[in-house]
Amino acid sequence: MPGAVVPTVRIQAEDFDVAAEIIKMTQGRADIGAVVTFSGLCRDEAGRLAALELEHYPGMAEAEIGRIAAEAVARWPLQGLTAIHRHGRIAPGENIVLVVAASAHRQAAFEAANFLMDYLKSRAPFWKKEHHTDGSQGGWVEAKEADDEAASRWKQAVPKRN
Amino acid sequence: MSTKLIYFAWVRERIGKPEEDVELPAGIETVADLLRWLKSRGEEYEHALQYPDVIRVAINQEHVEHREKISGAREIALFPPMTGG
Repeated sequence: MPGAVVPTVRIQAEDFDVAAEIIKMTQGRADIGAVVTFSGLCRDEAGRLAALELEHYPGMAEAEIGRIAAEAVARWPLQGLTAIHRHGRIAPGENIVLVVAASAHRQAAFEAANFLMDYLKSRAPFWKKEHHTDGSQGGWVEAKEADDEAASRWKQAVPKRN
Repeated sequence: MSTKLIYFAWVRERIGKPEEDVELPAGIETVADLLRWLKSRGEEYEHALQYPDVIRVAINQEHVEHREKISGAREIALFPPMTGG
């Protein structure tokens, strides 16, 4: 087995380039057969939302996503894993989060990306506040129980690595 | 020894400051003890910690349960359930 993959985790205010991140992961290699990317974007909520303000816990945000990514690397045979999460003010249509998972075959890449997003939503220390287009005071977005349930399903059925 | 408390999102807004250093009184052993003591420190804390069960806590930047012991904690963060992603 080749050396363990070291995940790339970045927390940043600036936007990211999805294509550039895929190239960074795959360039100069011929062993990757599958790359799955997930990007999360800011919705305008039917014109109601002017922007999201993403607050985060510096230090812990990197550490926690790093722990989740390390678990993904331990559970699936991956050849690359990148997670990028933005903070600060983000307008509708802009990127918020990116996960790139690479593997020899698609199943591991799909599952690892899915796992990372499910855990990131319920464990990464970020909080969204809404700013409304009509100037009214927006509130903090409430956590969804469905996100906790999505994360907890990974506790069952632990896939075995070859 | 003083402990650094850090607050995020509506916990920060309701308490009215992003962080503070506190001297924990004797007898504060667990996260639950800490939340109970903080809640008694004034109206703003009472407002922020009205429903302690929903408050998430991290010690030295790792998630912990409310029954966790806080001895040796340099940094304790209090925040609402997370909404990233």
